[in-house]
Amino acid sequence: MKKPKIKSIPYEEFKDNETFEQLVAELNQNGTNVIVRSLDELIDWGRSNSLWPLTFATSCCGIEFMAVCAARYDIARFGFEVTRNSPRQADVILVSGTITTKMAPVLKRLYDQMADPKYVVAIGGCSISGGPFKKSYHVVEGVDNIIPVNVYVPGCPPRPESFLYGMMQLQRIVKVENFFGTTNRKERDPYGREMDKANEELLNTAEEA
Amino acid sequence: MLPHPALNHQLTNIMTMETSNNNKHTEAQAQPAAAAKPAAPAAKPAVKPAPAPAAPLPPAENELKPVMLKPEEVYTHVADLYEKGFTFLECLTGMDWGTDAETGGLGVIYQLENPENGEKAVFQTLTHDRENPVLASITSFYDIANIYEREVYDFYGIRFVGHNDMRRIYLREDWIGYPMRKDDETEKFNPLRMTNEPLADETVGLKPADEAMKTLAYSEQKHRIFQPEEYVVNIGPQHPSTHGVLHFRVSLEGERIKKIDPVLGYIHRGVEKLNEQLTYPQTLALTDRLDYLGAMQNRHATCMVIEKAMRINVSDRVKVIRTIMDELQRIDSHILFFSCLAQDLGATTAFLYGFRDREKILDIFEETCGGRLILNYNTIGGVMADIHPNFQKRVSEFIPYMRKNIKEYYDIFVNNVIFRNRAIGVGVLSKEECISFGCTGGTGRAAGWSNDVRKRMPYAAYDRVEFNEVLHTEGDSYARTLVRLEEIMESLNIIEQLIDNIPEGNFQEKMKPIIKVPEGIYYSAVEGSRGEFGALLVSKGDKSPYRLHYRSTGLPLVAVMDHACRNNMIADLITIGGTLDYVVPDIDR
Amino acid sequence: MFDFSKISSWLHGFLTGYIPEWAAILTESVLVALAIITLYAVFAIVLIYMERKICAAFQCRLGPMRVGPWGTLQVFSDVFKMLTKEIINLRKTDMFLHNLAPFLVVSASMVTFACLPWNKGAHMIDFNVGVFFFLAISSVGVVGILLAGWSSNNKYSLIGAMRSGAQIISYELSIGMTMLAMICLTGTMSFSEICEQQAVEGWNIFRGHVPAVLAFIIYLIAGNAECNRGPFDLPESESELTAGYHTEYSGMHFGYYYLAEYLNLFICAGMASTIFLGGWAPLHIAGLEGFNHIMDLIPGAVWFLGKAFFVVFLLMWLRWTFPRLRIDQILSLEWKYLVPITMFNLVLMALLVSLGLTF
Repeated sequence: MKKPKIKSIPYEEFKDNETFEQLVAELNQNGTNVIVRSLDELIDWGRSNSLWPLTFATSCCGIEFMAVCAARYDIARFGFEVTRNSPRQADVILVSGTITTKMAPVLKRLYDQMADPKYVVAIGGCSISGGPFKKSYHVVEGVDNIIPVNVYVPGCPPRPESFLYGMMQLQRIVKVENFFGTTNRKERDPYGREMDKANEELLNTAEEA
Repeated sequence: MLPHPALNHQLTNIMTMETSNNNKHTEAQAQPAAAAKPAAPAAKPAVKPAPAPAAPLPPAENELKPVMLKPEEVYTHVADLYEKGFTFLECLTGMDWGTDAETGGLGVIYQLENPENGEKAVFQTLTHDRENPVLASITSFYDIANIYEREVYDFYGIRFVGHNDMRRIYLREDWIGYPMRKDDETEKFNPLRMTNEPLADETVGLKPADEAMKTLAYSEQKHRIFQPEEYVVNIGPQHPSTHGVLHFRVSLEGERIKKIDPVLGYIHRGVEKLNEQLTYPQTLALTDRLDYLGAMQNRHATCMVIEKAMRINVSDRVKVIRTIMDELQRIDSHILFFSCLAQDLGATTAFLYGFRDREKILDIFEETCGGRLILNYNTIGGVMADIHPNFQKRVSEFIPYMRKNIKEYYDIFVNNVIFRNRAIGVGVLSKEECISFGCTGGTGRAAGWSNDVRKRMPYAAYDRVEFNEVLHTEGDSYARTLVRLEEIMESLNIIEQLIDNIPEGNFQEKMKPIIKVPEGIYYSAVEGSRGEFGALLVSKGDKSPYRLHYRSTGLPLVAVMDHACRNNMIADLITIGGTLDYVVPDIDR
Repeated sequence: MFDFSKISSWLHGFLTGYIPEWAAILTESVLVALAIITLYAVFAIVLIYMERKICAAFQCRLGPMRVGPWGTLQVFSDVFKMLTKEIINLRKTDMFLHNLAPFLVVSASMVTFACLPWNKGAHMIDFNVGVFFFLAISSVGVVGILLAGWSSNNKYSLIGAMRSGAQIISYELSIGMTMLAMICLTGTMSFSEICEQQAVEGWNIFRGHVPAVLAFIIYLIAGNAECNRGPFDLPESESELTAGYHTEYSGMHFGYYYLAEYLNLFICAGMASTIFLGGWAPLHIAGLEGFNHIMDLIPGAVWFLGKAFFVVFLLMWLRWTFPRLRIDQILSLEWKYLVPITMFNLVLMALLVSLGLTF
């Protein structure tokens, strides 16, 4: 396996390489074409260095996200500073903060509104498992119940360094993806034909109102 | 040496880069909150000293002794008090007193204040009917009661006669049951719904049969919130400048705002319900996460209400440390206020200037508390750990640094002609409106309402320092910005007076392993970063609170949005929202 | 001074020697089109990189630095990403107009881009009413923006587009008037002649002194507003309208808006340097022959780019310093202040020119 390279951090220093290698093995189980793979690498290089985050924050972790964007930690060094407010133009959603049951459908919708390829990073205890509010009647126990998560960054809230580390982990995942010859979508039913009908009715009622 | 809880906590904060299991992590966070316990055990003799309950307790200074009124009497009683000048509704708390036919029922505790002389009036009311509980609404006197009563309706299902808009405010409109009721099985009926949330355009008002509300008979009246022909734009819940997940339904006429209907609850985490199942030290862990820019102050208020209720006197050292920490937190919050306001108005560079300085405060916090944002510092009877040896030096260095840098804030943003044009005369709130909406903090002070809790009801070490309460009279967005920036200077003054005179003493009083608060109703408030943050504690003498309600600093600020924004532009909504400075998790709790 | 027309006429002669003239012209047109597209892409990348670095410098940050040396490859990776990103089609939108809008914006900006005089003899589009043509074609872009807002079926987009329409159409007036004032001075509407004149007689901003400086300042303000850049970035004002008129665009469709925004900035700066700062004309100071001679040795394209990027820097400085205006303030700034001043300025310029008080 070709190891993805992240500038100035050796492969071995990343945590949890086992999960990562497993992921790579899964991706390449049918073998890869050399030419296609080198094209893929070009695309992946582009994608991994241009992960524009959606400005999305529900609570405390959002403030740390602002700190990451600010002068001392400067997420711009990685090229991630182009935070987009419109989900259509964002590549990665950093779920920073508690997701309540009222917010859950909204988050799902935001995720659906994003254009592929899209990635999710769960930031902080709350979005990983519900955190200190796990027992509450109104809190989702982990966003992975709602949307697929690529990277988990623990902490309450995680330090800015953890944010950056999490983003680098995500870069590694992006760098081993295949673009050509495989499906470019992660969901089995991306258009949600089943859901569409239900949604359409809802939309229609909403429009009437 | 004891393994100090703060040390443990510090480690977990520093080592967040470990991809450790999160649960472990959050427990580790909660553990230190379980607090006081590990700090004491070694000193604890095996034989219990004479337990307190036997001896008659001295009166707790923060105990409320609310008069019980019949539901029919409330309206006339409030009318009387309002005449006498009690125009500030400090807090309105829903209560569930259990299912007992005699003493049980659903009730409300009212706390009123006369803003002229600080006189307080506390009373409560109760209805035994759990099927269709009805009480009298006081919305005709206090504008803020509108939102407070909706909150009570949402959590307890109490309907208020005379209220015009009985809708849920935090929970989804298709939510079943009332979660704060003691006998409610919320989880059973409310699984995670992934359907889009229904938002009704119709609401129901309860029109009293008798205008003077001698009886509570009523008739239901339906009316529309937005007319079908109105152009309604949803701002939020995911929007860059609502400062979190807040949802405004805004009716527009061109660019002009006709009406705003706030929809809250997107970050309602059920903290108050969680409190009822947690022990006292555990409840503290959640306070930091309410208003994360007032983490110190929130926890201070909660610790104080418990300490005073237990008749514990914390040492002078603790008082001074808490005061300094509160003020640092206030500076932190006000800098963030400035930054976010600048960001919202498009001045990105000013945003980064603010964050540059804020990092200095976070460094100071980090050294002593171990955390940057969530600090977990105050405990019942003291603080987690003594101040770091560098603390005084760093704070003394920070004071002149900040005084110098704050001039830049004026140069780059506040004195800029574009900002002045966008802020002066925009979103004016008069003093009377601020009082009626209960907008404490900088918002009230910008309108000339002297409401600083540090002056009104001095606590900690505020009675021994000299500082000015920053007051402006214009009440517009510009005044609100100036108040915050000037308060940074005042906070620096307070810190300067205290930093070299931190008295010696214990940083933690000896506490019992299990903390129980004597029966009663207690209320303590601190001046949070954006207003009065109060904690109302109802104890039945158990190890967990019967009810722990927080007076949110932000809820009145959101309630006033509709009033402040009408007939302004959409762009002004951002300015007004930015200068009101609310933090959403504190509103939703 | 190097004359680029030598190369172009040599090429023309070379081609007509082998193929019929129509074919030669066709070939040349294709070559020019390719050159425009390439330059367009290159400048977009340079400008985006420049903006990110400059804004970082203003904000005590470092900016992109990990992709390639000093982050120079950052924008390339953005382009690769954008090219392979999904383009979302929406329910209940006017699909044809929705897809057409970004092309309108980008082609309008490409044609205006071609109007710039790069060097002596290196004009892609040049004829006697060049200024007119420039003004006309640059306002096609606003149609794209309005269509984008309308066809997206999104309330934010619609508000953004309406704001944009109101803003651009208003500020077009100021741009036209300031240009008119300068035409008063030059007496010609052809960009090549304007530049030639400045190479001989000195830069317009010096020749026209007071009214020219005034016009230059107003042109910068109005040009900034034309480009929808801060403090006039209302149509996409992020904090109010999420992303304004391009909220619903993803992938390369959004990429076109992104490119056009930066190129419009460059075009605005390029026009400022053409009309006020002499275009490719070197700086000459009367009386200093040696100095003038050295200045002549620097190629015209370098002069032009240097001036244009200087103005770009000024505009970026503005953008990262000021907060955003409000829509009514933008319109009152234009209609209550800028328009009367430009009118007065035009009269002043006409008076000065007729009295022979210009240099």
